[in-house]
Amino acid sequence: MLRLPPFRYLAPRTLGEATRLLAEEGPQAMPVAGGTDLLPNMKRRQFTPAVLIGLRHLRELKGISGSPEMGMRIGAGETLTSISNHPLICAHYPALALAAAAVSTPQLRNAGTIGGNILLDTRCNYYNQTEFWRHSIGYCMKRDGSICLVAPGSPRCWAISSADTAPVLVALQARVRLVSVRGEREIPIQELFYDDGMRPYTREADEILQEIWLPPALGWRSTYLKLRRRGSFDFPILGVAVALRREPDGRIGDARIALGAVASHPVEAEEAMARLRGQQPTPALLQEVATLAAKRARPLDNADLTITYRKQLTPVYVRRALDLLLEAEQGSGAE
Amino acid sequence: MRELITLRVNGERYEVAVLPHRTLLEVLREDLGLTGTKHGCELGECGACTVLLDGVPVLSCLTLPLEVQDCEITTIEGLEEQGRLHPLQETFAELGAAQCGYCTPGMLLSAVALLRQNPHPTREEIKQALSGNLCRCTGYTKIYEAIEAAAERLSVAHQGERRPDAALQP
Repeated sequence: MLRLPPFRYLAPRTLGEATRLLAEEGPQAMPVAGGTDLLPNMKRRQFTPAVLIGLRHLRELKGISGSPEMGMRIGAGETLTSISNHPLICAHYPALALAAAAVSTPQLRNAGTIGGNILLDTRCNYYNQTEFWRHSIGYCMKRDGSICLVAPGSPRCWAISSADTAPVLVALQARVRLVSVRGEREIPIQELFYDDGMRPYTREADEILQEIWLPPALGWRSTYLKLRRRGSFDFPILGVAVALRREPDGRIGDARIALGAVASHPVEAEEAMARLRGQQPTPALLQEVATLAAKRARPLDNADLTITYRKQLTPVYVRRALDLLLEAEQGSGAE
Repeated sequence: MRELITLRVNGERYEVAVLPHRTLLEVLREDLGLTGTKHGCELGECGACTVLLDGVPVLSCLTLPLEVQDCEITTIEGLEEQGRLHPLQETFAELGAAQCGYCTPGMLLSAVALLRQNPHPTREEIKQALSGNLCRCTGYTKIYEAIEAAAERLSVAHQGERRPDAALQP
């Protein structure tokens, strides 16, 4: 049986109390919201915090408000189910609704939160294994070992950013608010990520992700495509998030393309985005852009399916996402 | 240190002293003796331990009892009413929707939650609702058929005497 390691559980009633407890308990404490990522990781002894601080009942982390005209605020404690079902998000930020709906299974989306998905621990075939399994191969540098088992000559960890919502929020140019006893900061979501599988987030140990802010959506279309072996359960082995705004004459006013599950952080395809801006979309241009974007994907052999297949599918998925958005007559994006 | 908590399970209140790191699955099975909730992968990858929290399907292997004291918990034991099986249980049995039976409690609870929200689901909606429950025996078709048959039965029953369905009450 896989039991949880022992811990003390603290249940703060306010966000202020939660940040105070997190600061007092120090690095031995971890916050837990839905628990759908942390608890399996604890059962595998990837994390063994002495204290868990429950965020589940904090009202400050709840709520979806605002409008597509003014921008929207999403509490980090909202479940993935409530985001994928929210009518304004479905209509105006469809990429986010699609990504939230693509996470794992209904049961996990009913418990898992968007904050937890954004801060999902990076994943790797050599890391997301039981303690017994990891012990038998001598552990990896991300936990208990000293080398990377995917790239033993490499000084760094190559665990993969596997959150469906992360590339979408990058493409939508979302901002996030982090709070601690030291104060609060609001940053573009890109600044939340490090290119490091072992330390993937700039979030400090005493900070709590409180909310996500989406900029106004008028004129934008967006979509998200996910590659995985099965239609459910699986983490992405490629996520493609695209957001586009067209000019009245049909040219592309602005374009954002972000790839998930191809590195330790969501990757923006800057060259591809720049190539699209101001252009009339033609099949040749879209193919060129898809190829440019795919250059940013350098998968390693540490996730499901083969590297070759994942590489080959990247331009196909980018092209498919662009086609979906450009073919959609309505501003609601694509399924 | 153990904490004394109250859980509301299938309409009954249980006082139980739990260690914080015990999962709801462990407490249901080992402390309350409700072994109908099955113990599968323990990592959120199979759906065998599905229970309803205020009518919403979640995984009991990834739920801490300390966090759900204000919720009504429904397990497979809570579906029968005065000795009578829930219509979904009847159609699962009649149509061969269970083979080894291990995934069945989780399947049934996901299906109960679906029919409560959507009394006339399409085949696609059923597939979506059950996409977090793995079955390694049936190939799923008979499960989908049993849910469609139960939906039919429930809607006929509701048109008739409007017999309240205990498992579908909040």
